[in-house]
Amino acid sequence: MTAYTATVTVRLKRGVLDPEAETTQQALERLGFELSDLRAADQFEVDLEAADADEAADRAAEMAERLLANPTIHDYDVAVADA
Amino acid sequence: MTVSVVQFGGSNCDRDAVRALAHLGVDAERVWHEDGLPADTDGIVLPGGFSYGDYLRAGAMAARAPIMAEVREAADDGVPVIGVCNGAQIGSESGLTPGAFTTNASARFQCEPVFLRVERADTPWTAAYEAGDVIEVPIAHGEGRFEIGEDAHADLVADDRVLFRYCDADGNVTDAANPNGSTDNIAGVLGERDSVAVLMPHPERATLPDLGRSTDGAGILEAFA
Repeated sequence: MTAYTATVTVRLKRGVLDPEAETTQQALERLGFELSDLRAADQFEVDLEAADADEAADRAAEMAERLLANPTIHDYDVAVADA
Repeated sequence: MTVSVVQFGGSNCDRDAVRALAHLGVDAERVWHEDGLPADTDGIVLPGGFSYGDYLRAGAMAARAPIMAEVREAADDGVPVIGVCNGAQIGSESGLTPGAFTTNASARFQCEPVFLRVERADTPWTAAYEAGDVIEVPIAHGEGRFEIGEDAHADLVADDRVLFRYCDADGNVTDAANPNGSTDNIAGVLGERDSVAVLMPHPERATLPDLGRSTDGAGILEAFA
C-alpha cells in the first residue's frame, strides 16, 4: 500500500448560477480589479492508502459521487499525488 | 396515525411540526435520528432547521444518516413522507425527490411570506385545495433555489411532479414572485410516489391560528390526519 493524496475539486456545472461567486466578483471590482469572470470551487484533499494511484483515484471519485458533489448541480475532478 | 418527526442535530422546526400536527389532531412525536424509526411510524416529517450546520451543502450530511435508509424504505412502502425547508434539502440530497436546493439567487437568507400556486390537488398533501389555489406560507432559507438539469426538468414537468410554484397573490407565476431564483418558480416537488413530497416553504408556520399571517399551510399537514 502506498500513501496518496487525492485532490477532489467540486465546481458548479457551467450555466448554474453561483451567487456567491458573483458577489465575490463584485467585491473584487469594488476594490478596483478588472476581471471578466470568476468561478468558485470546493477542494478536498483526501489522504488515503491504496495499492496504486488508479485505485486511489477510483476511491476518491466514489467519495465525490456519493457525498462531496451533488451530480444535479456539480462537476468534479480528481487528481492523485504521492503523499 | 403516528407521525415521526425526525430530529437531526441542528433541526429546529421539529417542535413546531409536532405542535402544528397536534393542532390538527394528529398524533406526532419527535424521533432522534440515532434511535431509528419507531415500528408504529405511519407518517414521516423531515423538519426544517440547519442539520449539521449546513456543512458541505444544506442537508448533505443528514441525507446520509442511517435513519434515511429507513425513511426511504418506509417511503417505498407507501408511508407518507414530507420534507420541509431543511427537510426538503435532506429529501433531495437523499434522492427521495428530484433536483437540488442551492444558494438563493440573492445570496441572502430570506425570511418572508410567499404565495404558492397549488399545481396538483390530487395528492395527499393537497387534497384540501383545488388545483390553481393560491396559498400564503412563509419561507425562511438561504439555500432554497431549486435547480434541476434541463432534461430532468422536462421530465419533472411531463410527469406532473411539480406540487407548488411561487406565484403572486393572483396566482400568476412570474419572475417577480420568485423569491430565490428557483427554476420554473418551483417551490415543492413530488417524489416517485405522490405520498413523498418536499417543499421549501413552512406549512407548520402557517397552521396555528395565533401564529403568523395565515393558516393556509394546514391543508398540507392534513395529509396526516
